[in-house]
Amino acid sequence: MSTATIDVHEVPTGSRVNYLNAQYGVKSWLLTTDHKRIALLYLASITLMFFVGGFFAVLMRLHLIEPQGALVQPETYNKLFTMHGVIMVFFFLVPSIPATLGNFLVPMMIGARDLAFPKLNLLSWYIYVIGAIFTLYAVISGGVDTGWTFYTPYSSSFSHTSVVPTALGVFITGFSSILTGLNFVVTIHKMRAPGLTWFRLPLFIWAIYATSIIFILGTPVIAITLFLLFLERVLHIGIFDPAIGGDPILFQHLFWFYSHPAVYIMILPGMGVMSELITCFSRKRIFGYSFVAFSSLAIAIISFLVWGHHMFVTGQSIYAGLIFSVLSFMVAIPSAVKVFNWTATLYKGSISYDAPMLYALGFIGLFTMGGLTGLFLASLATDVHLNGTYFIVAHFHYIMVGGAVMAYLGGIHFWWPKITGRLYPDGWARFAALVIFVGFNLTFFPQFMLGYLGMPRRYAVYPSEFQVLNVMSSAGASILGIGYLIPLIYLIWSMRYGPTAGPNPWGAKGLEWTTPSPPPTENFEEIPVVTEEAYDYAHSTVIRG
Amino acid sequence: MSEHIVPVKTYIGIFVALLCLTALTTGVAYVDLGAFNTVAALAIAVAKMLLVVLFFMHVKYSGGLTKVFILAGVLFFAILVTLTLADELTRHWSPTPTGWGTLAPLLSRFF
Ligand code: HEM
Ligand SMILES: [Cu+2]
Repeated sequence: MSTATIDVHEVPTGSRVNYLNAQYGVKSWLLTTDHKRIALLYLASITLMFFVGGFFAVLMRLHLIEPQGALVQPETYNKLFTMHGVIMVFFFLVPSIPATLGNFLVPMMIGARDLAFPKLNLLSWYIYVIGAIFTLYAVISGGVDTGWTFYTPYSSSFSHTSVVPTALGVFITGFSSILTGLNFVVTIHKMRAPGLTWFRLPLFIWAIYATSIIFILGTPVIAITLFLLFLERVLHIGIFDPAIGGDPILFQHLFWFYSHPAVYIMILPGMGVMSELITCFSRKRIFGYSFVAFSSLAIAIISFLVWGHHMFVTGQSIYAGLIFSVLSFMVAIPSAVKVFNWTATLYKGSISYDAPMLYALGFIGLFTMGGLTGLFLASLATDVHLNGTYFIVAHFHYIMVGGAVMAYLGGIHFWWPKITGRLYPDGWARFAALVIFVGFNLTFFPQFMLGYLGMPRRYAVYPSEFQVLNVMSSAGASILGIGYLIPLIYLIWSMRYGPTAGPNPWGAKGLEWTTPSPPPTENFEEIPVVTEEAYDYAHSTVIRG
Repeated sequence: MSEHIVPVKTYIGIFVALLCLTALTTGVAYVDLGAFNTVAALAIAVAKMLLVVLFFMHVKYSGGLTKVFILAGVLFFAILVTLTLADELTRHWSPTPTGWGTLAPLLSRFF
């Protein structure tokens, strides 16, 4: 954006003071208020949670190799899928892009020196860690078996597992989301560099802004809901359990009022990353900037109107079902707008297939499949058949793993040179992207078929005619698992041994690329003045390096 | 904006008003107003909420952006309540769906 060039090029990384070597020691990390260091704290914690959650998934898929179950007792199986869901949703996907890339990039992209409330930012990480400890404690103390959805009255009156510590962990972590969202909203409103008008902002910022709105408006509702669950379970106050005068469907309303928007918390930041990747690697301005920007806001708003599509067959009034079905179809529109705009951006672009771009292209295909199958589920009649089957599992994994995780990995690979000042081995990175794509499809495509054929989700056993598809899925899962381990290895390797990266290895636009890699603690020596649109690749003289 | 100094007198006034409204809630609970029992209780609660938000939370003296965010919160709460009631209030209308006949109870309200 700003064309002022920086002369850090010749100075080797080691000898220049940057945010990584400005201070040393554990204390300098645990008490930091630098948004970039907090991003790395988050990165380490959510990576840990990702592999814990992944471990449970691997156990599940191993178990399902045989129709009568190969590995664990049915009770244990119930705990496996619950812990997998809780950890992946609340402790990995929800914070994934916002708390890592968002924390790192929001100030850098808008030309600020930090977020508006740096101490609040650090506090949010501590709250996250405390929540995670509660939930991990629940795992060790016997696990939970309610499913990540905690449906009542099973969770409030019947389950004998560690529901309370788990729910408490989720409740606590919610506050870290709220603080992060608040911080981003204030920062984006108040701290943009001179000349950086709303319509010059990178689309990643729009996406993070929309996500923050959901954080702020939605998260209190899940907190209240879990609190009510707690009241009923511990004090036997009848809220959800019909036996003591409650309404079980009320729980589902409250739960999904947060949790549907939460699925957009997971995908919107990924969409933001996509807009950055697609433009950079096709060297074009985004097609229809304002459409992409406003579709983020439209998604944030409409996503609050569709939650009832999770309750079509659970006793919700059929009239409410009609309304929620129509509204659900509407949310597909802004999502489709984005997909079409990215595709149109590719058109006649000068495309290069670096590793981040491979993830981005994977995202387009997989997200589209996930989104379109969402429409099957949003139709009342087809949902009666598909509800509660593996079709649902496949649907949301195509979006949450095929979409959100692909975008997350694409983003990590894109900004890694900026974050660490090092390059990773490009060949390995492309290879891993392909392994992940293949492993993912082999894992989850058979699940669409299983679900359509009638195999219910959340069962430890299944009829033997489903074995072939289940074995395919388990085979895919092991490929996928290896696919995730490869980047873990070479990214860690690159931190020490990777060749040093210049300030802008991709020749990308955006203020973050005008700083040295890794950036100094204060990000910008002088606050930049922005004079051009985002993604102005057409008039770009920026070269890679 | 946030620098606005509110005289202690105002705070005490609001505090007394809140106490009076609490007393009113308690008093009204002893009078049977039929369908208006809930309406009265909620109306008083909303009045108290407004006092707290406007004065104790300084929204009255805050900028437009803050007000927009507060209104957004109220709006989203309204969505939560409205769509949940759309289920709750229509659940008993027709236990089994019968094609277009499903809509009969809905239409009969208007025709
Ligand atoms: C864009 C991101 C999306 C994500 C992350 C996502 C995620 C999910 C998740 C997690 C579930 C299963 C919840 C459970 O029962 O445990 C689900 C179910 C569902 N999704 Fe999506 N979804 C997304 C988009 C969509 C879209 C665009 C639609 C339709 C317009 C849609 C329609 C549905 C429906 C109707 C169900 C419920 C199906 C049932 O329980 O029978 N989803 N989705
Ligand atoms: Cu949903």
